[in-house]
Amino acid sequence: MHIGARHEDGTCRLRIDGEFTIYTALQIRDGLLERLAATGGVEVDLGGVTEMDTAGVQLLLATKREGARLGKSVRYVSHSQAVLEVIDLYNMAAQFGDPLLISARP
Amino acid sequence: MSMDQALQTYIEESHGLLEEMERILLRLESEPQDDETVNAMFRAAHTIKGSAGLFGLDAIVAFTHVVENVLEAVRDGTLAVSGELVELLLQCRDHIGLLITVVAESAAALDAEQSATGEALAARLRAFMGGAPMGDAGMPAVQESPLAASGGGPLEGDYWHLSIAFGHDVLRNGMDPISFIRYLSTIGDIVSLNVDDSALPELDAMDPEACYLTYSLDFKSEADKQTIEDVFEFVRDDCTLRIFPPPSHLATFVDRLEHASGNTDMLGQLLMEAGVLTEHELESALRAQDSMKAAGGDAQPPIGEVLVKEGMVQKEVVDVALEKQRQIRDHKAQEARFVRVSAEKLDELINLVGELVIAGAGASLLARRSGDTALHEANSAVSNLVEEIRDGALKLRMVEIGETFNRFQRVVRDVSKEIGKDIGLEIGGAETELDKTVVEKIGDPLMHLVRNAMDHGIEPAAVRMAAGKPARGSVRLNAYHDSGSIVIEVADDGGGLKKDRILRKAIERGIVGAGQNLSDGEIFNLVFEAGFSTAEQVSNLSGRGVGMDVVKRNIQALRGTVDIDSTEGQGTTVRIRLPLTLAIIDGFLVGVGKSSFVVPLDMVLECVELSEADRRLAATRNYVNLRGEVLPFVRLRDEFEIKAPPGKRENIVVVQYGGQKAGFVVDELLGEFQTVIKPLGSVFRHLKSISGSTILGTGEVALILDVPALLQLGVARDGQRLAHET
Repeated sequence: MHIGARHEDGTCRLRIDGEFTIYTALQIRDGLLERLAATGGVEVDLGGVTEMDTAGVQLLLATKREGARLGKSVRYVSHSQAVLEVIDLYNMAAQFGDPLLISARP
Repeated sequence: MSMDQALQTYIEESHGLLEEMERILLRLESEPQDDETVNAMFRAAHTIKGSAGLFGLDAIVAFTHVVENVLEAVRDGTLAVSGELVELLLQCRDHIGLLITVVAESAAALDAEQSATGEALAARLRAFMGGAPMGDAGMPAVQESPLAASGGGPLEGDYWHLSIAFGHDVLRNGMDPISFIRYLSTIGDIVSLNVDDSALPELDAMDPEACYLTYSLDFKSEADKQTIEDVFEFVRDDCTLRIFPPPSHLATFVDRLEHASGNTDMLGQLLMEAGVLTEHELESALRAQDSMKAAGGDAQPPIGEVLVKEGMVQKEVVDVALEKQRQIRDHKAQEARFVRVSAEKLDELINLVGELVIAGAGASLLARRSGDTALHEANSAVSNLVEEIRDGALKLRMVEIGETFNRFQRVVRDVSKEIGKDIGLEIGGAETELDKTVVEKIGDPLMHLVRNAMDHGIEPAAVRMAAGKPARGSVRLNAYHDSGSIVIEVADDGGGLKKDRILRKAIERGIVGAGQNLSDGEIFNLVFEAGFSTAEQVSNLSGRGVGMDVVKRNIQALRGTVDIDSTEGQGTTVRIRLPLTLAIIDGFLVGVGKSSFVVPLDMVLECVELSEADRRLAATRNYVNLRGEVLPFVRLRDEFEIKAPPGKRENIVVVQYGGQKAGFVVDELLGEFQTVIKPLGSVFRHLKSISGSTILGTGEVALILDVPALLQLGVARDGQRLAHET
């Protein structure tokens, strides 16, 4: 798992590559927490996520809430197939509110 | 138990239930507000239907179902009990009886006319229900109204509803809820899934490796509860799982519960058997029950309550299960109290006991002759036991007559409607016991007598009022024991028999001569003469004769007698007198010359020696002075033309029968003797004064005296002789 970050117009653009699961949850949480505190908002690119589990979903939800609590924007973009599948299964697209690019299921 | 036996049991039970139903219906007519009776009737119909389903007797299920619906409405108070409804239900009861006889007993189908009757009844029932047709025009399809749920959990649409709260450590343990949900979708369709994240803490406070989500989902599947629960087998101990069956399943559960095998009477097991509850759920409910008890300190809450509280089972289902549990327990209790034995086995036993009695008598005779005191004593002990066994075996066959009497409630009700008279039935001595074979055979003659009493005995209301009697007529059935016989009375408070009319008719018919002087009793008994009755219905006389000769014949075939007592204007009582049993009696053995005779001991009052003076007098007349009373007697020596010369002494055995006292003059009194009645062959059918034979311990044959016949014979002869002398 790798978190890449670059800053642009006060927004931190993060890109998470690799596993987004219980094994990486602690690391990702700390990374997100840190970036969110430091900037006016984050945009997380999920395009490189190869695997996601319930821990990952929880983290996405918690981060989104944290942003709302702090009055900062948290957006998830370019969901990878692995992420879409889980969100779809959990029927949570509405809860996230992010535009999803629905791709035909394999 | 094989299926056949089970079916047999079902048939017997159903007939029992139908009888109960009839009793309830009749009671309902007089006291419509009795909830418990309606309930009992509903249960009866329900049980008949349920068990019929078990045997695949669809015709019974279909019809009984409609009846059940109506009864349910009555029970719930949405339908009021009316005379019309009771009438209809009575007919339905009969139709169910017919169905059971035809469909269950002979595995046939109803003929066109019968099924048309059934459909008509079903249609009328539905009309009572508000006319909503059920099923198609013919027999209604079995249709359960969906049960509404109350308590237990949210239910929408016809889906399973699952609510799952995973434990915090489930993720750390390597389980991902996602995989369970994916797996779930292999056994059905997840219609909707809702993830509740309200328990999720703030980002910095959360443990990213813990699980905070709870799920609720609607699930469409044919799988049963256990299968669904098994999906979560690996996290079963690490999550709180609630599975709510689809509403339509409630009905299925209820149905399954009602048809539960009855192997267990534990509520939890019952629910498990019906697939309502899984083993795991039961375990945790039991744990919850224990902890509630620990917390409350008081008595533990019933498991049913815990299950509903924990949301494992809907209240409706628990209610049904409780009802079923009660039924099973009732049934068990009943089974414990009674053992079903086939009548054949019982008869075999009685026969064997009969042989035992004869063999025992032989043994004790030999013992007496041997003069061996010890042997004699041992034998007396055996004889006493044999006597007890005999009584016990005979008692097995004794049944109370009440059940037979109760059947007439319906007859009286129906006939009184038919003939437009208001007549009630009173029953007395219902607990009087008599032999089962006798009970079975007495039904028809009784039916005849009751119908006669109602039709011809009881006057129309107007006539009754004019005579100062209550408008409502009354027929009374009564039974009691009297000197070794059972007496059954059929009495009415009607107009009574008109002596002069009977006599005139009898003379007309040539049954009696014009100059004959007859007692009241003799005149009344004329109605039993064959051919006495005619087709011309003259007031309340001629009808009395309809089939009365048949009644008399039937009763005589049972070694019984029948006579009539009547007071004009006040009523008529027909009295049937029957022997208690047909197989073995206590006899009194007497000897005349070398022959032995048995007098039924119950009829023997006393024995006195015929004094020298009396013997001389008795040569010319057939009565003696017994303590100031005139005692007519019959000389058995003359009666049976025994040639042996009389002994030095003669004795009189005083017998009583039907209020009449008489004596038999015999040589020897040989004492009490257990008598196994061996019927005489048909060659001796016309032999009066002997009712049967028995075998003595010595192997000799003794004849059993037919006391009533002998008395009549004696009386008749006296009458003739007196007529001669005068």
